Amino acid sequence: MNGLTGNDVIHQYLRHNKKFPHVLCPGCGHGIVLGTLIRSIHALSIPKDDIVVVAGIGCSGRLAVYVDFNTVHTTHGRALTFATGIKMANPKLKVIALMGDGDALSIGGNHLIHAARRNIGVTALVLNNSIYGMTGGQSSPATPEGATTMTNPYGQLDKAFDTVELARGAGANYVARGTVFHVKKLEKIMIEALGRPGFSLVEAITPCHTQYGRKNKFKTPVDMYQWLKKSAIDVERYEELADDKREGRLPIGVFFRRDRNGYEERYYAMKEALTGKGAKGGRK
Amino acid sequence: MAHQKKGKSTVTVYPDWCKGCGICAEFCPSKVFEIGEHGKATVVREKDCIHCGFCELHCPDFAIVVRDKSPVAEMEDTAPDKPGAKKGA
Ligand SMILES: Cc1ncc(C[n+]2csc(CCOP(=O)(O)OP(=O)(O)O)c2C)c(N)n1
Ligand code: SF4
Ligand code: SF4
Ligand code: SF4
Repeated sequence: MNGLTGNDVIHQYLRHNKKFPHVLCPGCGHGIVLGTLIRSIHALSIPKDDIVVVAGIGCSGRLAVYVDFNTVHTTHGRALTFATGIKMANPKLKVIALMGDGDALSIGGNHLIHAARRNIGVTALVLNNSIYGMTGGQSSPATPEGATTMTNPYGQLDKAFDTVELARGAGANYVARGTVFHVKKLEKIMIEALGRPGFSLVEAITPCHTQYGRKNKFKTPVDMYQWLKKSAIDVERYEELADDKREGRLPIGVFFRRDRNGYEERYYAMKEALTGKGAKGGRK
Repeated sequence: MAHQKKGKSTVTVYPDWCKGCGICAEFCPSKVFEIGEHGKATVVREKDCIHCGFCELHCPDFAIVVRDKSPVAEMEDTAPDKPGAKKGA
């Protein structure tokens, strides 16, 4: 792969026995997230065989099918449970749980908070498109208040989860948000997340024009990228804004870093202590 | 790679993979692409490409590749006598 740049690099990581172009709609941001993930792994020179991508179900989950890493396409909402098992069995692997907002925050919401609380050494990549894309555009817990969806034709009454605050409150080591328009920043975030101990959560804001955009005054997929371009702001600058200036702005960047040992590290240290020399009641 | 002088890169769109979403055409700073009549991105101003990398990073279908021109290709481009222009051939 030496000397290759750009998409020539990406092409080295795709499974060319799968059908391309991939199944996603024109302009779907999920493809950009996949490219960014591949570039991050490439930049870190991690061998393909040391990566495990564990995906849930949804358009986002489909991504795992196309990449030449160890991949598991699990069940809806359960990516983090499989990821936890894999990391515990072989802590040397880099385990990435790839989930949609519905996958991670509704059906898998409980797994998300407890994986964060345990601080298991997994990178959770949440592809937030504000909607259940695959099943036809039902509201998700990330659908903004007031947005129109198939299940909320008169506007969503609930407030959306703030994924970042949720993960921070639950105990994750590292929490960041990026967008598929600000790809270089997203790549930097992913590179950092993949190199850190404990539970990292990266939220990628990614347009779904087919199921969300069309119902919310975005005429084309391109309009959604223009919206990302306009609304995103570095979190450091966002925090300096007065409350009334924050309306409609999307803070991106790294929100939180902490260095607590991952669950697997604590577990193997305990095992060592109990089974090693002099441990009382130690089992062999 | 980034921000070279114009005319030093080749830009290729793989039409089988392009879904015509328009992201490249909208955001390329040099307006290198247009969406053609078949709904696919077409390279119309390759010479203006500054190899900024935007289109490769943002094409959701990995359908664009921008490469540095090989030194030979560059020489051919700037040579006064292109092979096709030979007299008496
Ligand atoms: C147990 C279970 N319940 C429901 C479904 C149906 N289902 C498939 S994908 C999906 C939601 C997808 O939305 P999201 O996770 O946000 O991903 P996206 O498609 O938007 O990328 C649902 C409800 C399922 N496959 N399994
Ligand atoms: S329905 Fe939405 S999320 Fe699914 S492929 Fe289409 S644009 Fe992407
Ligand atoms: S960004 Fe990619 S898929 Fe979209 S029009 Fe351009 S080449 Fe085609
Ligand atoms: S690299 Fe792509 S986006 Fe940048 S100038 Fe060239 S064609 Fe345009």
